[in-house]
Amino acid sequence: MRKLKYGFFLLVIMAAGLGITNSYYLQLLTFIGINTLLALGLNMLMGYAGQISLGHAAFYGLGAYTTAILTTALNWSPWLALPAAIVLVSLVAFLVALPMLKLSGYYLGMGTLGFGMITFILIRQWSTVTGGDSGLVGVPSLALGPLSLASGKAYFYLVWVVVLISFIVCERLVDSRVGRALRAIHDGEQVAAAMGIDTSRLKIGVFVLSAIFASVAGFLYVHLVSFISPNSCDFLVSVRLVTMVVIGGMASIWGSLLGASLLTILPESLHVFSDYEMIVYGLILMIIMIFLPQGLTRGLLDLYERSAAVYPRKVKSREPADE
Amino acid sequence: MQEFLQYLFSGVTNGAIYAVIALGFTMLYNATGLINFAQGEFVMLGALSMITLWKGLQLPLPAAFLLTVAVVALVGLLLERLAIRTVRKPHPIVLVIITIGASILLRGIAMLVWGKDAHSAPSFSRLAPIEIAGATLLPQSLWILGVVLAIVIGLQIFHRKTMTGKAMEACAISKRAASLLGIPSERMVLLAFALSAGMGSIGGVLIAPITMSSYDMGMMLGLKGFCAAMLGGLGSSWGAVFGGMMLGILEAMAVGFFSSDLRDAVAFFVLLLILYARPSGLLGVKAVQRF
Repeated sequence: MRKLKYGFFLLVIMAAGLGITNSYYLQLLTFIGINTLLALGLNMLMGYAGQISLGHAAFYGLGAYTTAILTTALNWSPWLALPAAIVLVSLVAFLVALPMLKLSGYYLGMGTLGFGMITFILIRQWSTVTGGDSGLVGVPSLALGPLSLASGKAYFYLVWVVVLISFIVCERLVDSRVGRALRAIHDGEQVAAAMGIDTSRLKIGVFVLSAIFASVAGFLYVHLVSFISPNSCDFLVSVRLVTMVVIGGMASIWGSLLGASLLTILPESLHVFSDYEMIVYGLILMIIMIFLPQGLTRGLLDLYERSAAVYPRKVKSREPADE
Repeated sequence: MQEFLQYLFSGVTNGAIYAVIALGFTMLYNATGLINFAQGEFVMLGALSMITLWKGLQLPLPAAFLLTVAVVALVGLLLERLAIRTVRKPHPIVLVIITIGASILLRGIAMLVWGKDAHSAPSFSRLAPIEIAGATLLPQSLWILGVVLAIVIGLQIFHRKTMTGKAMEACAISKRAASLLGIPSERMVLLAFALSAGMGSIGGVLIAPITMSSYDMGMMLGLKGFCAAMLGGLGSSWGAVFGGMMLGILEAMAVGFFSSDLRDAVAFFVLLLILYARPSGLLGVKAVQRF
């Protein structure tokens, strides 16, 4: 069943790659793929482990800048720069997670927000290496041996194959012992700890994992557009990522695809969007969290199930919000 | 020495403003246990409304001040009524996302209303700068310190002497017990939101004459205010003032003796350090173990 699903997904990718010749649409789909990677990584952290990150754009930016600097200033091959970026970002994520994941809820939110801001400030100020506000240009495009991946179509395949692989990794992870442990942490950290789950190790692990996803997305992005500037990792980008996860549905792997697609296509299709971007994101975040805290996919499914009454409704008892 | 004194003055001035913002966080946290990520946007709204009302519409200073605080308090009230109270699952992650959403929304609206340019306001009085041991002290700094002192004393009186203040404290200790005693806890939460938004706007009003104000100033100031609140110990009013002053002075010294690039990074390093080493703050006694 699952193999069938992945096969179907692969088929859709192939069909899209063969059928779509318009380079603009191909590029749009490529961007959707990159954003899906980002949303998927963040969703593992937010949706499954229940830990928020408001500074995720920092990992994206770090990944992109690392490979950009290594391939332009030091003339490394991108395929060497990729593992370097991953190692660096996981190291940073690990160091950040070590103290940070002792926190949760509001404190974690503020802490990650602060981390994102620091990274953004450092990237902007360290202009001798990062190019400051004007960013870095001339990042080389990718090639697999003699096969150039510079064309829109080749890059489209590359990105979506990576997305497919990450889907498989995430789904397997979620259904594994680790995935169950993560959900246990989400539902109640103390209970999880009492069941013998090493909560802090798992939390750090999933934080690093989601940072790795972001760094790979940053790598794919920077070699596609061959340019990177601090704007790609500012606070609004982090908010956009959270919005993708929230729209698609927390703890929903395929929801990440939906959220990323919607938030990539919407700004493209509404040209006046730029001035209203913040208002729209703000409203989306608030409205979905108030009315459909499970996200669009789950929320709409729930509504359907409730109205159709096919399944008996799950009643979750909840303690009053008092201590 | 002269340099040091000059940095100290500027640090104390900024610190006082961080203290007001931190008091806004503290007020809300005490009454509801909630951290409002949109707190900084109230500061931004305060600064920009003040500029419009006072400089643009030429209202007298006290009228502009009061009107600004009232308007922003109303925004805080609306936020509680429309967004926070309607939440079905008050899980922290949900409330964080909602207040982040509110912050982005307010920022977007401010960008439409005031544009992307930075605005400034004249200082409150036209007195000449005072010279102390070779360092200059701006009269605006005295204004700021005076207002902050008045707020802290006013808050103490409010919490100790008035029935409403005591009721609010009771809600903070236990919402259920308070409502059993006939305290309308929902109204108290509403009041706390309005007060904390008003407090944020006072920070904005005070900062308007000493810096350029623009629609995107809120996030940074909010974070610094939160950092100050954490530094002093979240939940304590004097802690907020102490934390604000500490942060302001640290920042000024870092800018003065190292580099102005460091200015914003200081607050975040302090924040990460304090979150890591002593989440209960320097003055806080009770351990922070909420959620």
